[in-house]
Amino acid sequence: MADIDIQNYSINFGPQHPAAHGVLRMVMELDGEIIERVDPHIGLLHRGTEKLIEYKTYLQAVPYFDRLDYVSPMCQEHAYALAVERLLGLEVPERGQYLRVMWSEITRILNHLMNVCTHAMDVGALTPILWGFEEREKLMVFYERVCGARMHAAYVRPGGVHQDMPAGLAEDIWAWTESFPKVVDDLATLLLGNRIFKQRNVDIGVVSAEDAMAWGFSGPMIRGSGIAWDLRKNQPYDVYDRMDFDVVIGKNGDCYDRYVLRFEEMRQSLKIIRQCLKEMPEGPVSSTDRKVVPPKRGEMKRSMEALIHHFKLYTEGYKVPAGEAYAAVEAPKGEFGVYLVSDGTNRPYRCKIRAAGFAHLGAMDFLCKGHMLADAPAVLGSLDIVFGEVDR
Amino acid sequence: MSANTLWSPPVERLEALAATAAEKLGGALLATTIHAGELTLTVARDSIVATLTTLRDDPAFLFKTLIELCGVDYPERAERFDVVYHLLSYKHNLRLRVKLSTDEDGAVPSVTGVYPAAIWPERECWDMYGVLFEGHPDLRRILTDYGFQGHPLRKDFPLTGYVELRYSEEHKRVVYEPVKLTQDFRQFDFLSPWEGAKYILPGDEKAGEKQG
Repeated sequence: MADIDIQNYSINFGPQHPAAHGVLRMVMELDGEIIERVDPHIGLLHRGTEKLIEYKTYLQAVPYFDRLDYVSPMCQEHAYALAVERLLGLEVPERGQYLRVMWSEITRILNHLMNVCTHAMDVGALTPILWGFEEREKLMVFYERVCGARMHAAYVRPGGVHQDMPAGLAEDIWAWTESFPKVVDDLATLLLGNRIFKQRNVDIGVVSAEDAMAWGFSGPMIRGSGIAWDLRKNQPYDVYDRMDFDVVIGKNGDCYDRYVLRFEEMRQSLKIIRQCLKEMPEGPVSSTDRKVVPPKRGEMKRSMEALIHHFKLYTEGYKVPAGEAYAAVEAPKGEFGVYLVSDGTNRPYRCKIRAAGFAHLGAMDFLCKGHMLADAPAVLGSLDIVFGEVDR
Repeated sequence: MSANTLWSPPVERLEALAATAAEKLGGALLATTIHAGELTLTVARDSIVATLTTLRDDPAFLFKTLIELCGVDYPERAERFDVVYHLLSYKHNLRLRVKLSTDEDGAVPSVTGVYPAAIWPERECWDMYGVLFEGHPDLRRILTDYGFQGHPLRKDFPLTGYVELRYSEEHKRVVYEPVKLTQDFRQFDFLSPWEGAKYILPGDEKAGEKQG
């Protein structure tokens, strides 16, 4: 019998694959079941956010940030607000800073719950998603109570936050922080010691510290490789420098380490939320500079000046001094940055969005090479990809 | 140092960094700016690979990570594009912005050999602005559609684009058609006319003639 010439073959992973986390198309070249090359085709969710922002005023650009990574909306508004404030030289009142930090951490839990649950589902565990999404639902109700929307918050705005928390919300969040640790523990018992789960994740997608830096990783992806780098500690913004929490790092840089790390980060976030609730002072939640932050509606009904400010800010908007600024926050997925170029008018001249997921997915070929086909969903799950931010 | 709540290093550290950069980079460095707590180095286009290698490996810098690479378009300039690199040093806890300018025809040396993280951002910059990167292993479009024409983030590319697509029941496939808007996109050009709007106000067309 003549030798059979075995050729590599290519398969399409996605764009409608349930483990592709949205609309990812990956063209994979396989040698048997071993991945030789991965070519992610992205852009199926590209909406031209950066272009649209160039045509809107600074305030109108805020909601676009919710729609990037729609699992962690407030963290992204936060980065944008910090960039605008840096160009304006604007101060944020203390209560506003506490609120931003607290809601950023609630957002982190929202995101990590989504990630740990869907990652578990990608590798075959169906229960966690049912438990985790119940908690996410409670958090989204908090979102709704503070800003009126369950996901697309438009809550963090240049100058502070949109409005103060309604009466009773702080107490309800506190009560939730008391019940939530049990859910984390339950999820951990279910997964972390599970033999099948470990077989699918331990020693898969290993990233060394050097590689993590060279590929521009951030967030859990770089901490999983043992680098204690957290913007909340290293380059703090708002009141993070007062917060008492630990930076969680992994040891082996594999999918399992990153997974466990996210569990622990949820517990740390809980600590920050509690500290914020305890220490939050009274006072305004947003800058009182009426040339940037619009007055409240009640004030507008009584004061002519407030009415003029309101009208000017919602038509012309405010002008931002010419210059450029880069602001980065520790979003749940990694470093989310906004590079703003202003030409001194009421619209951004250029707004470049640095999404953590874009850098992580860019290394997909490097991460998957030599792995089995079934490992690709595990790697993809641990990258924590959301297409809203990758495709922008 | 800055008034707001975002961390930035003390100005002295940035000045020291700028001085070190001037010394180590020599003629490649064209200008340095410190604005809003951030340091920007403008470098010569051809020296970018050497510059970034120095910035990555020299113990005074150790900018191990390329955080971001992007383009900016200034159509009125002779070299209309800026390519902006954001670097991060974990060791020194510093950020740095490196800039160079280029035009539609001139190629920028690719820095993928220095930072593998540049592969996708350079593709994006090519896709969005049409900036060519010389020596890039795989310079394809990344975010736009298969077969897309033009570079959408250029200032002369219209916000609406040129084509729209829909599923055609007749052809049983997606078809491309020229954009037809039933209503114009709203322009938020509300700059006060007496503070330097560039367009001519209605009824004001002859004001210039009288003076001249």
